[in-house]
Amino acid sequence: MSVGIVSYGAYIPRYRIKVEDIARVWGDDADILIAGLMVNEKSVPDLDEDTATIAVEAARSAIVRCGIDPQRIGAVYTGSESHPYAVKPTSTIVAEAVGATPVMTAADFEFACKAGTAAIQACMGLVGSDMVDLGLAIGADVSQGAPGDALEYTAAAGGVAYLIGKKKSELAAIIEDTYSFTTDIPDFWRREGMPYPEHGGRFTGEPGYFKHVTSAANGLMEKIDTKPSDYDYAVFHQPNGKFPTRVAKMLGFSKEQIKPGLVVPRLGNTYSGSCMMGIAATLDQAQPGDRIFATAFGSGAGGDAFSITVTDRIEKIRNGAPTVEDLLKDPIYMDYAMYAKHKGKIKLG
Amino acid sequence: MSVSRFWRKQVNRYNLIGTHCSECDEYYYPPRNMCPTCRRDGKLEPYKFDGDGEIVTFTIIHTAAEGFEHQTPYVLAIVKLDKGPSLTSQIVADPAKMKIGMRVKPVFRKLGEGSDRGMIYYGTKFIPA
Repeated sequence: MSVGIVSYGAYIPRYRIKVEDIARVWGDDADILIAGLMVNEKSVPDLDEDTATIAVEAARSAIVRCGIDPQRIGAVYTGSESHPYAVKPTSTIVAEAVGATPVMTAADFEFACKAGTAAIQACMGLVGSDMVDLGLAIGADVSQGAPGDALEYTAAAGGVAYLIGKKKSELAAIIEDTYSFTTDIPDFWRREGMPYPEHGGRFTGEPGYFKHVTSAANGLMEKIDTKPSDYDYAVFHQPNGKFPTRVAKMLGFSKEQIKPGLVVPRLGNTYSGSCMMGIAATLDQAQPGDRIFATAFGSGAGGDAFSITVTDRIEKIRNGAPTVEDLLKDPIYMDYAMYAKHKGKIKLG
Repeated sequence: MSVSRFWRKQVNRYNLIGTHCSECDEYYYPPRNMCPTCRRDGKLEPYKFDGDGEIVTFTIIHTAAEGFEHQTPYVLAIVKLDKGPSLTSQIVADPAKMKIGMRVKPVFRKLGEGSDRGMIYYGTKFIPA
């Protein structure tokens, strides 16, 4: 398959809250949480930021990075579990704001934390079949965690956009193949109109994350006859630091392979942006010829695995937009009260 | 703001699209239907500003209009774009760090919303460059 990444762009809000500040409010032990989750702090959106604004900033960054004409984009797909509207696409807002309208198709995707990689796969299909010249696939979220719930320690905000194309001279990375593993699992859900998600306790770990990530990852490696040692880097969905570290070990990848893409300790779980942020952070430092193995996971549940080879063009586009490290630098820390205000957790009379 | 009123200038707010008169080489934002200098001889064309500019003057809002009460204190400023036109915009910055003449760049943010049931209005604000 001669389809790949023409460009990528990330966006992370500047605000952060430390795990210890959340733990203090709910009487939890911060040291145990930080050690268990391997997350120190998480990003928080500004009062005027939501999934649409984050998706636009990430998409603009991807376009600026490679300098393409946005009118070439034939499809815009935004994956999120926190679209600002229940009915009205985020993707039309993004498409208008990046100058891709009107001759194009657009839709919003939802698949918990892997809606963004599902959008990449859809764009790969459209580009690979010559239905569109370029596809813009975005994963963005301002994810929700109920006050006092375990998810509150990690549910963060951020987004990543990938421009998918097939002109060889434009590809910064070739996506050699993709493989998905999907079943119906009650591990995590949010009903229509409900502000916070629920999680199905024991379904979260083994039956959810580990089964689907390992099945997708092993499926892809069997399909294209590769093994972990064939890759320079690996990225796995990072709802916390513990899960991707453990699944990497289960699959035979080393800590060094996952290190560049493991951004969750300083960022939290950006849900639809999570695995895609790890891939972006890895592309920020990968060299031409390097191979990246990535597997996203979405509750519900499914895993999307990708085998990626970086090309010479990465060095031409890399400095055209902020890196993930640039976006993680210089945060503004807030206490729980300001965090509650930013996340709309305070009921106004 | 009504849904239709916002929608009419939506593209201009999203992407800072104004107008340029190729006759007198003047730039306008918001867009003009007629060049005020050249009048009927003017040749106006859409122009997308890159959004880089500087703060001409600013004020810090402590008592806000309806819908903005919970954002106080926030900064409202006149931004002069490098191509010439000036516009009023919210600046996403620490009010204590604001200075006249400081460089700014555009960001895409929520400008407001009708209500919990209403439309969300998006557009351009500025941050320190």
